[in-house]
Amino acid sequence: MFDWRELSLLLRLSGSAAIARRYFVTNGFDGALALVGLCMGFYAAGGVAPAIAAKACLGTGLALGISGISSTYISEKAERRKALRELAQAMLKDMENTTHSRAARLVPVVIAAVSGLAPLCIAIMVSSPLLLVAGGVALPVDALWAAIGVALFIVFLLGTFLGHLSGMLWLWSGVQTLLVALASLFLLSFL
Amino acid sequence: MSQLQLQRLVLDVLKPRQPNALEFSKRVLQGQSQCRIRLKVTEVDDKTETLLLELSGDNLDYDTLEGMISTLGGSVHSIDEVEVAVAASETQGQ
Repeated sequence: MFDWRELSLLLRLSGSAAIARRYFVTNGFDGALALVGLCMGFYAAGGVAPAIAAKACLGTGLALGISGISSTYISEKAERRKALRELAQAMLKDMENTTHSRAARLVPVVIAAVSGLAPLCIAIMVSSPLLLVAGGVALPVDALWAAIGVALFIVFLLGTFLGHLSGMLWLWSGVQTLLVALASLFLLSFL
Repeated sequence: MSQLQLQRLVLDVLKPRQPNALEFSKRVLQGQSQCRIRLKVTEVDDKTETLLLELSGDNLDYDTLEGMISTLGGSVHSIDEVEVAVAASETQGQ
């Protein structure tokens, strides 16, 4: 059975919780804005069938997810190995078979999973109005605009999460990130 | 027959800065049936800490303790104090 207390220790040991949070927000924000751009592109092109738009959004999310997992794993693994080597030099001993070497092996996997799953999950959420319409469910608004609305709401939530972390007013932090997304939306409207 | 029982140990230990002293103490005690620990950080460097670890109990298992310290990335530099007691085994009184 998986030992969550052990994982918690390994994350604390390597100071990885903050790194995972950063990747989650950064890649989540990337994913949400990429999908806003994609949906605006479909809108500028005169609209496409919801099923096609949903598949394009899911495909984009999957690509961002794979990119997030692979690039984060490779870079984090290299960083952890470097840190372990430096620690071994400071300790004047081989650090294999220690909690630190386990952390160096496991932590890149956890951070890479967080980094890759964030845009993938966001893509699934953003695609949900398109999937519903493609499945025959009638929505009160256009499916593309509903998808954009979901993406903007997620960007707002990511902002409130950052505000909660930093101790600043969560609403203001959420509005700040939302303004960035709205500015992007404004620029995309010139397509 | 008599049995030697390790009852107190003072170890000079070098360990990485993480896990911190509290977490380190708790982990070192894992696997010990009856043990009390007193930890004093004597030196702090960029990546390492030097500790004075005082362990006391009825019958300490040094190998387990040393193994746990090593698993946590530390190493025992010296054994500074030892208390060993002789305990009479049950067969002696019969």
